[in-house]
Amino acid sequence: MTTVTDTHDDHHDHGPAAGLMRWVTTTNHKDIGTLYLVFSLIMFMIGGAMAMVIRLELFQPGLQFVDPSFFNQMTTVHALVMIFGAVMPAFVGLANWMLPIMVGGPDMALPRMNNWSFWILPFAFTMLLSTFFMDGGAPAGGWTIYPPLVLQGGNGFPYMIFAIHMMGVSSVMGAINVIVTILNMRAPGMTLMKMPLFVWTWFITAYLLIAVMPVLAGAVTMLLTDRFFDTTFFNAAGGGDPVLFQHIFWFFGHPEVYILILPAFGVVSEIIPTFARKPLFGYSSMVYATSSIAFLSFIVWAHHMFTVGMPLQGELFFMYATMLIAVPTGVKVFNWISTMWKGSMTFETPMLFAIGFVIMFTIGGFSGLMLAIAPADFQYHDTYFVVAHFHYVLVTGAVYSIMAAAYYWLPKWTGNMYNETHGQWHFWISTVSVNVLFFPQHFLGLAGMPRRIPDYAVQFAEFNMWSSIGGFVFGLSQVFFCYIVYKTIKGGEKATDQVWEGAKGLEWTLSSPPPYHSFTEAPEIK
Amino acid sequence: MSSDNAYYIPHDAKWPIVGSVGMSLFLGGFAGQLNGSSMATNIMIVGFLVLVYMMFGWFGEVIDESESGKYKKIEAVSFRMGMVWFIFSEVMFFAAFFGALFYIRIYSVPWLAGDGSGAATNEFLWGGFEAIWPTNGPGDVGGEYQKMGAWGLPAINTLLLLTSGVTCTWAHWGLVANKRKQLIIGLAATVLLGFIFVGLQVLEYSHGYNELNLTMGSGVYGSTFYMLTGFHGFHVTVGAIMLLVMLVRSIKGHFTPENHFAFEAAAWYWHFVDVVWLGLFIFVYWL
Repeated sequence: MTTVTDTHDDHHDHGPAAGLMRWVTTTNHKDIGTLYLVFSLIMFMIGGAMAMVIRLELFQPGLQFVDPSFFNQMTTVHALVMIFGAVMPAFVGLANWMLPIMVGGPDMALPRMNNWSFWILPFAFTMLLSTFFMDGGAPAGGWTIYPPLVLQGGNGFPYMIFAIHMMGVSSVMGAINVIVTILNMRAPGMTLMKMPLFVWTWFITAYLLIAVMPVLAGAVTMLLTDRFFDTTFFNAAGGGDPVLFQHIFWFFGHPEVYILILPAFGVVSEIIPTFARKPLFGYSSMVYATSSIAFLSFIVWAHHMFTVGMPLQGELFFMYATMLIAVPTGVKVFNWISTMWKGSMTFETPMLFAIGFVIMFTIGGFSGLMLAIAPADFQYHDTYFVVAHFHYVLVTGAVYSIMAAAYYWLPKWTGNMYNETHGQWHFWISTVSVNVLFFPQHFLGLAGMPRRIPDYAVQFAEFNMWSSIGGFVFGLSQVFFCYIVYKTIKGGEKATDQVWEGAKGLEWTLSSPPPYHSFTEAPEIK
Repeated sequence: MSSDNAYYIPHDAKWPIVGSVGMSLFLGGFAGQLNGSSMATNIMIVGFLVLVYMMFGWFGEVIDESESGKYKKIEAVSFRMGMVWFIFSEVMFFAAFFGALFYIRIYSVPWLAGDGSGAATNEFLWGGFEAIWPTNGPGDVGGEYQKMGAWGLPAINTLLLLTSGVTCTWAHWGLVANKRKQLIIGLAATVLLGFIFVGLQVLEYSHGYNELNLTMGSGVYGSTFYMLTGFHGFHVTVGAIMLLVMLVRSIKGHFTPENHFAFEAAAWYWHFVDVVWLGLFIFVYWL
């Protein structure tokens, strides 16, 4: 595998087709990567708008703006859109853009299927969002879609189930493509243990996806038949058990949260060495730690359901197994810090977001450890403490890494430098506001404020107001981010091929922007 | 750097978007039908036809490319890996339903009968309920029913599927040894056995519904029984259609002893549904 052939007779490198059909019929990994990233940014804004509605309603106690049913639709669909529409497609977009380049291959291994993986998503999300206009509105039982509550939803219910099925099909095909690309498209000499860490973390993430997305498909299929075909999987009268759904859901759900964070680990492991101008500390330990986290993610699911009434042995097993995850995660955090140690650091925007990731993700990790303690979780369960925890790992974790990746690779993708001053402003406004937004929620939760409610006792008023103000500022600063991205695509100072002084890796050997076909000749791997 | 070594990158993929439209119409129509709209059934049928059209078009394009020699060893490796991991995802899909079955049999039914910490549940909610498998639950959901026996049709079906696994491998040997006739006879036998299996499964369902009063609504026993065997039967149907396509292609003279990925993929899939059936026979019918 050294060169690329066209289906056309002429063998010179040709550019993309013109017009809209370029994007509909493309098989090019960069085009598809761009589609994923743009789609995810749109979904991020839609999901963000829903979060604004939530924070607006919670600005003061009492019911002001929306009725409770609509509020519940907001929390439910906000989560589904952000998880399946924003964060996952963003990482798949990064994978599409970067993996073939990073392993020195010509494209993704299965290009036509790659196109389909993307083009299912706009249809799936149209279906999901269309439920807002149906009888009974959008699903409102929480993104965890627990029965029996979710079964009582309106006409939107089956559309949501099928939208989830379609997202699953898309994810599984995308993951298969990632695995095959990594195993089969590497340039000669690119051994597994020479691969950039972003490739490694995506490799492991892809296995998680293939293993758990079908399980979610099975779970939602049982929901569908329970509602429409008389089955009683989740109904005690027929011998079933609603708790069974929670087990199956979280057998998917816990690996899912690592699907959302492992690629983030990979991104940060690329960026920190570049701006610390030192090789990544403990490369192989990073690989093993990622693998350990992936393995452990399959045996910790029931820590999401400590209060459901499990046997004591179950509580203990899941508590200790969960705490074990802190070990490989700690290895990673210390490796990032050791990489920076005595490095000659500079603080361009990608590095700021990466450092922000390391610090704030670790805060989310520690609150996760608190939640892992079963007896303590009896107090925290379903409170705002949980909301604070998973927003620290997902917003200042996953989303921050995506922002970092965007700033880091935008000059490579577009050939233009983003405006550094704008980037710095974006980082600092985001970081201050996101902490105003989520940090008080820890206290709210510890004081007993439950999650998923449109109204609350007056004692929670002040922290909620702060949280909402932080939320509005954070939301606005992401509009600013869209502007920065738009400006960079449109023009700006020309980027060099190397872009960053300390950057190492195959992507920096290509021009900025790279040619339509990345490596028509396999690069030499040192 | 001869172009013999080049990885084949197709351009202008028209079929994925057709597939997306078909899938949306099919599932959207299905959802509408579940909500009670009669119009939606038509949309569902249109969506299904679009999906069939997409498969003919997409697979046809790939077959043309394969027959015109565009794929070399390296693309074949990609296809093989893709198929292996697709089958793995299917394994996990079935794992969800098997997991549900085991959880229900090991935990939820005994708990409802007072096991573990379920004593109060049993005493106050479901007094007198005992954990005996099969069960339609303490609510006697779906009314009186009879268990589906293991040693009638299901045992015959087991033999049919195991035999079809043998004929499939025999056909593969024929293909590798360039014995066309053995390939075609073996494949034809496999397809035939597959469709007989599906036919007997239909017969078994009608027996269940009409004579045993065993329906999807017969509590968890009916739920798990029809969900597991139903999805398996669907997969057998898909696998048999795949093998039927391979049969047609074999008759047309496709495949060589070195290059026959599609045949192998279909054969792997067939062995996969075979293995799932053994699990079903043991845990759903027998034990």
